[in-house]
Amino acid sequence: MRPLAPISQTTRFVLGILFFVFFFAAWAFATLGGFVSPTFLADPVTMLNDGWVLLTKHGFLGDIGITIWRVIGGFILAALVAVPIGILMGAYKPIEAFLEPFVSFARYLPASAFIPLLILWAGIGEFQKLLVIFIGSVFQIILMVAIIVAGVRRDLVEAALTLGARDRGILARVLIPSSAPDIAETLRLVLGWAWTYVIVAELIGSSSGIGHMIIDSQALLATGQMIFGIIVIGVIGLISDFLFKAANRRLFPWSLA
Amino acid sequence: MSKLLIDNVSRVFPPVRGGAPVQALQPTTVTIADNAFVTILGPSGCGKSTLLRMVAGLDTPTTGQVLLDGKRVREPGPDRGMVFQSYTLFPWLTVAENIAFGLREKGISQGERRAVVSQWLERIGLTGFADHYPKQLSGGMQQRTAIARALANDPAVLLLDEPFGALDNQTRSLMQELLLGIWERDRKTILFVTHDIEEAIFLASRVLVMSARPGRIKADVPVTLPYPRHYTIKTSPEFSSLRAQLTEQIREEAVLAAAEH
Repeated sequence: MRPLAPISQTTRFVLGILFFVFFFAAWAFATLGGFVSPTFLADPVTMLNDGWVLLTKHGFLGDIGITIWRVIGGFILAALVAVPIGILMGAYKPIEAFLEPFVSFARYLPASAFIPLLILWAGIGEFQKLLVIFIGSVFQIILMVAIIVAGVRRDLVEAALTLGARDRGILARVLIPSSAPDIAETLRLVLGWAWTYVIVAELIGSSSGIGHMIIDSQALLATGQMIFGIIVIGVIGLISDFLFKAANRRLFPWSLA
Repeated sequence: MSKLLIDNVSRVFPPVRGGAPVQALQPTTVTIADNAFVTILGPSGCGKSTLLRMVAGLDTPTTGQVLLDGKRVREPGPDRGMVFQSYTLFPWLTVAENIAFGLREKGISQGERRAVVSQWLERIGLTGFADHYPKQLSGGMQQRTAIARALANDPAVLLLDEPFGALDNQTRSLMQELLLGIWERDRKTILFVTHDIEEAIFLASRVLVMSARPGRIKADVPVTLPYPRHYTIKTSPEFSSLRAQLTEQIREEAVLAAAEH
């Protein structure tokens, strides 16, 4: 091992898998070996069994579908609002001066703390779940997009100016295309956070979704089910991350070497 | 018939954090004739790039004005094409799309754009690279494309700010010949900033030598070597004597600038 020395694709893949193997081995050792009480932590085999029962008997697929729809719905709403505002903030300093202090403040308001208030305003329906994710994501996206757009290389903007581009041209043909890959990367990141918000939203005042299943299982001390739910979230996150990365690679071939 | 008039132009940069204001350029007046190839030669930090940027409209003079065909320069525009020292091709556009950037901004039809682009690709020898992204090109190819991108717009003046500064020597010589060849055919007015004495002489019909900061034009040297020029001209006696003369001029300034620090 030398600093920054590259490794082959195969080595990378094998090492990545290896950690999962270690993780499950340690878990199996602790639980199946009798070092941890099954009341607190189910063993991997029980977890898989419970998961199978959840999927086949209790319609857990429906919960998964509901949760995915909430995440994606809330996230898309947030992105639709935040990306244009972020771009305008990054491009035009007066807009930045106007909005930046408030957005920076709002960014630190914890989305989960809004849940009681949102239930009061919007009930416990789907709209309230979407709002939690929306509030959790929108300010983060605005701020990060604004920073990306403001950081577009000055010399590219100047080159465009000397080629006759005016305000609209600079915005549409330099600032936006130049920052698009980084904006996509930001969305990928925030989508990950949206997953944590949705579960919190489902833990309170919900009758469906992965989070609701987890809180239900707690009452039954079904740690296998709870862990299965958590792992399902992780797996979906991994898949969505992979899809996002693949889409970015296809959309922005120029930004890769 | 003078085309570009730099009239009493100076530039003072405002103080940074309690320091003193910096005079980058003393009041400078110079007239650039139509179709001239003028190089501005000076040590680093002499304000030569600042002067060029004010002609481009990317910077505003503290005093004086820049007039192009009698019209005052207030902002950047397509009549003053510019090639930068840094690689400024748009990385998300292919070579062909980069060259067409200004034409598209002007609202020229796609068919016409394609014709102009293919003509320029041919002239810079990059026809086979039309659909490559800038990242896939060498530094020399990128700067060739940048020159074509500026010229495809058909500007009145072409401004170049040390465009070959980051290239290796061999590539740089080839680029000088390419640019000279383009100028010998089109005779577009060119203002070219450099700190390379040989480059300044080889290309120009006139060399403006600038003093160390605060910059001013300390010598205005006509280069009478006949066009078209072949690279072998660099070994001719006339070239050598010009080089000796300019080396002396620049050396004085470099010594002055070094003494200041």
